[in-house]
Amino acid sequence: MVIGLTHYLTLAAILFTIGVAGIILNHKNIIVILMSVELILLAVNINLVAFSTHSGDLTGQVFALLILTVAAAEAAIGLAVLVAYYRNRGSIAVDDINALKG
Amino acid sequence: MQAEAVFFWIFSTVLVASALAVIAARNPVHSVLFLILAFVNAAGLFLLMGAEFLGMILVVVYVGAVAVLFLFVVMLLDVDFAELKQGFVRYLPVGALIALFVAGELGYVAFGWNASPEPAAAATPVGGLSNTAALGRVLYTHYFYFFQAAGMILLTAMVGAIVLTLRHKPGVKRQSIAAQVARDPASSVELRKVASRAGL
Repeated sequence: MVIGLTHYLTLAAILFTIGVAGIILNHKNIIVILMSVELILLAVNINLVAFSTHSGDLTGQVFALLILTVAAAEAAIGLAVLVAYYRNRGSIAVDDINALKG
Repeated sequence: MQAEAVFFWIFSTVLVASALAVIAARNPVHSVLFLILAFVNAAGLFLLMGAEFLGMILVVVYVGAVAVLFLFVVMLLDVDFAELKQGFVRYLPVGALIALFVAGELGYVAFGWNASPEPAAAATPVGGLSNTAALGRVLYTHYFYFFQAAGMILLTAMVGAIVLTLRHKPGVKRQSIAAQVARDPASSVELRKVASRAGL
């Protein structure tokens, strides 16, 4: 059986779906939400690399590299915000984050 | 070609299973560990696709930095994670419904894609360069400004993370280099006339 573009696209679609479902199912736990976002970005990267390989063009891999950079920065900033928030409020439950509510 | 298919199925099965475990695990530490497993398998898939550099970067950056950061934060915060897990079953139908919609849309695109029939050959670039060398040639020439922008993003993230989490405790003596350098004899040395056989 030859592994082609469709296999990788299907795999990335499944992974993306798992990430989206993870955001909804773990809507109270912001750490797992961030992990789900990482899964979604991983799915996007798989798509980009699959297309890059399929068309023999390295641009997709460059784009995947930039997405990797942004994902790392996002994780660092998000977790720093989380730590700062926990210090101030003593909780990171998404339901408790309502300080801006009037 | 047969070995590639075997490895693809192994990597993709473990990847999907560990991704499911990430969102379903009761303990967030287990979630992070399954996330690491998912990243390692994705790196294997990248290797299969011929993107060796990205595969290695995935291991170094994600497993080495991001996942460890997650692990650090999960273990640092003293949170009752069992309480946060409530509502998982109640939201399962909604989550499944939305997942079904997303999967349907993505599947529609993935299978509606008219790919050329030839298999995805490993992207061996022209001139017999390795993937890393070829990527470097493109990245440092055509995409140099994007490369610089990525560096700026990382710098911003680093400074932002430090600013957000650094705190100065009151009552801790800290070195003030400016004050040390600005000292001069007039402000720090005092000459006194001391009488003989008498203390100061």
